[in-house]
Amino acid sequence: MAVNPVDPAGVLRPSPAGMGGGTPPPGRRGFSQYFLTPSARATWLGLGMFGPALLYIAAIVGVPFVLAFLYAFSDVRVGSAGFHFVGLANFRSILESPSFRQALQNSIVFTVVSNVLVLIGSTILALALKEKFRGRGFVRFLMLLPWVAPISLGAIGWKWMLDSLYSVINWVLVALHFFPPYDAPMWLGEPHLAMASVILVQTWRLLPFSTVILLAGLTAIPKDIPEAAAVDGAGFWRAMFQITIPMILPIVNVAVLFGIIFTFTDMTVVYILTAGGPYDSTQVLPSLAFFTGIQGGDLAQGAAISLFLVPILVAVAYLMLRMAHRAEVV
Amino acid sequence: MAIVETRSLTKVFKQGELGAVNNVNLVTREGEFLVFLGPSGSGKTTLLRMIAGLETPTAGDILIAGKVVTQLSPRERRIAMVFQSYALYPHLSVYDNIVFPLKAQKIPKELHRQKVEWAAALLGIQRLLERKPRQLSGGERQRVALARAIVREPSVFLLDEPLSNLDAKLRASAREELEHFHRRVGTTTIYVTHDQVEAMAMGDRVMVLHQGVVRQIGTPKEVYDQPADTFVATFLGSPPMNLLENGDVIVGFRPEHLFPEELIPAAAIKLSIRIKNLEYLGSEWILYGVVEAGRFDGKEVISRLASGTGFQLGESYDFAVREADLKFFDKQSEKRTEARVLAWQ
Amino acid sequence: MFRGQRFYTFARYAVVVVFSALLAFPFYWMLITTFKQTSDLYNLAGNPFLFNQKPTLANLHLLFFETDYLRWMGNTALVGAIVVAITLLLALPAAYALARLTGRWGQQLGIGIFLTYLVPPTLLFIPLSRVVSILGLQDTIWSLVVVYPSFTVPFSTWLLMGFFKSIPRELEDAAMVDGLTRFAAFVKLVIPISISGILTVVIFTFSLVTQEFVYALTFISPDTNQMLQVGVPTFLVRGDVYFWGSLMAGCLIASIPIAILYNLFLDRFIAGFTVGAVK
Repeated sequence: MAVNPVDPAGVLRPSPAGMGGGTPPPGRRGFSQYFLTPSARATWLGLGMFGPALLYIAAIVGVPFVLAFLYAFSDVRVGSAGFHFVGLANFRSILESPSFRQALQNSIVFTVVSNVLVLIGSTILALALKEKFRGRGFVRFLMLLPWVAPISLGAIGWKWMLDSLYSVINWVLVALHFFPPYDAPMWLGEPHLAMASVILVQTWRLLPFSTVILLAGLTAIPKDIPEAAAVDGAGFWRAMFQITIPMILPIVNVAVLFGIIFTFTDMTVVYILTAGGPYDSTQVLPSLAFFTGIQGGDLAQGAAISLFLVPILVAVAYLMLRMAHRAEVV
Repeated sequence: MAIVETRSLTKVFKQGELGAVNNVNLVTREGEFLVFLGPSGSGKTTLLRMIAGLETPTAGDILIAGKVVTQLSPRERRIAMVFQSYALYPHLSVYDNIVFPLKAQKIPKELHRQKVEWAAALLGIQRLLERKPRQLSGGERQRVALARAIVREPSVFLLDEPLSNLDAKLRASAREELEHFHRRVGTTTIYVTHDQVEAMAMGDRVMVLHQGVVRQIGTPKEVYDQPADTFVATFLGSPPMNLLENGDVIVGFRPEHLFPEELIPAAAIKLSIRIKNLEYLGSEWILYGVVEAGRFDGKEVISRLASGTGFQLGESYDFAVREADLKFFDKQSEKRTEARVLAWQ
Repeated sequence: MFRGQRFYTFARYAVVVVFSALLAFPFYWMLITTFKQTSDLYNLAGNPFLFNQKPTLANLHLLFFETDYLRWMGNTALVGAIVVAITLLLALPAAYALARLTGRWGQQLGIGIFLTYLVPPTLLFIPLSRVVSILGLQDTIWSLVVVYPSFTVPFSTWLLMGFFKSIPRELEDAAMVDGLTRFAAFVKLVIPISISGILTVVIFTFSLVTQEFVYALTFISPDTNQMLQVGVPTFLVRGDVYFWGSLMAGCLIASIPIAILYNLFLDRFIAGFTVGAVK
């Protein structure tokens, strides 16, 4: 055993409790010597404390995840007892279905446009909220409402605001003479407007979350960096684009990746506002999976549709892992 | 022409309270290394930041190169600053850090590389140009910060305690590098520190601040040998000056002027001192003692000697201070007054 | 003030006012609609921003006494409380283990656990609906009690990991030198110190429960057993007629308390979230 530099004379002895990594004496190692050394005990304890959560996740997330794949290749229906493999039949039929192709396209448009709008909006808002000002706490409360309120309830609120007859937005537009009375836009009734409405509501709901994350990134910038930039002669725009934004880029990445996942896999906004209509113009993959699988009863096809979410999940997970790894290397 | 001037400069953070900076009048000399010295809270950093344009003054004016700049933003003042943490842009390479001010001031692109390499050569960091700040040591970061400051050839440098973040051993060599750098470049420099050793070693002049008020501006010799008041007298010099009250006057003498009686031939005041503590510092000894008998009975004094052998704890010895080494301060105002004849016994 | 700085201050205020107005307006509208008489709501002639007829409590009355709103509230609160308990039971030890007891691969495991949060309900809900009906939990709140921890646990573990990491190791080391086992140190020292972090996790777990829509919609069909976030949108529609006044009241009442609680704990949430991400 090496000489302990702190205690070369060996005056201190390990206490009977045996904390700190004492090695057992050489020779035969019985059960207690091997399994109950302090470091081994720590490992067992770690496993014991972590185990239940791990098992639970494996059961409630892992198993259904595998089942989703199995169902997609089967003919399972609500109420059916059996389970038969049907190969790629489900996939063939959904790929041929115009509903599905429309839903896939809608999902992409829905996700990309919402998140671009959220990115721009939350960057502007986060920059504006960076400095303290009177009432900032109250503003924060107001600003968080779309994110905190259950999304189904916020969506219903918007449904009322976008109602074909009684929309308050239309009332204002008509009052400002943008439209003649009774000819104001049918926000949820016309295909393109419906898509715009759905994107609007999703953007509205995501903005607070993204802003909060960006704000956290902004406040993490040390105070003297922008001061040094000011002294060095950088004006507002140069400082923002060459110093501030590059420094919050890692956090922006996190916010964007989350936003993409939340949007691509969300069915609530569409379900409540338009139920996929009119004529599938706002149908997205998750809502289509719901209508097909649960309402329509065809669990297998529903599962097959929902599997198309997986590539995006995998891509995002990979990007997040890579970012986390890079952050660690730094 | 004075590079930096302040006129009645004041900064009040909270209404009704004493300002962080009160009525400071300052005129720098061309090419000098001026040190703002004071304890924390003395206003030295606030003063520096006002000169840089990072704080707006409550009252007063700031002039740089003869022009009133009080209402101008930092970028319009064309000064360079080195922050305590160096504030290097972490996502940019050393080269990009140094070239940043050149880009910001719209210097033509052809000149960039040449100027950066000149600044890097001046500080000996040419081989670091492609690295990122997180890959640099503390000393290297200081040099990059200086290079970034010098590359614009500004008329004045402002340095905010740049040595505080370095560990003690590195501090000495970094200090030497800064002095060397200043001699080569000759730019007027204002340097903020709370460390009086740094101030004495580096400054051409030292401005001592306390509670936002300038107590004294002078060369290191002036502030050390002719302190303007008791604050300056005790702030400079370690261990601090001994102060004894005598009537309406405070008498001060430095520890290095308090000798065993035998060593002082000339006119001197005598004190009998009992030793309470002895510290051996290798190069010198510090004696802590208590005066016995006479009007200063019970007062604690410190002495600094080259050798402390022969002294025993608890024993009394006769010490003396030459009259020429005494400083007199008015008890009321704490300011220095002329020498007086006083009763000592 | 420097020249030009005044412009940026103005721009900042303008941005803040416009954004907060846009973000909060729907809730303001919910508030007005709640107290408007139905005939006033459907009156196209008048200015909708004003009360053209006297404000009324009729919508609230309908909501509380003629629907299952209060029952749904109770369901949601009950599910929330039980899920919070299960989550803490699973996540507290798991987070501690990840923060302290595992070395480098602990960090990887932590990220792994967090990634399971990314697996969406819209992927798992179809197989889970089958599992739920096989277990006989269809149409009961217990289906949700069993399934909800699947997303509350990963998220809470991540947050708690961040909080635990910010407690210096020396605390438990000192306790163990004094003779406590590590687990005892965890229970008697670490948990009490982390109370505000734990409270934060409680609030956020509860908010995750009230937000979730897909499972609640899928596992529980129209019934008094429904959760609030599904009951309100689906029930206050009789045929094709929406009882907007009561609908809006229901939305507002459910949203505001959570918003207030959320706000109180937001700073701690950010701290835990970013610590876990940065380290």
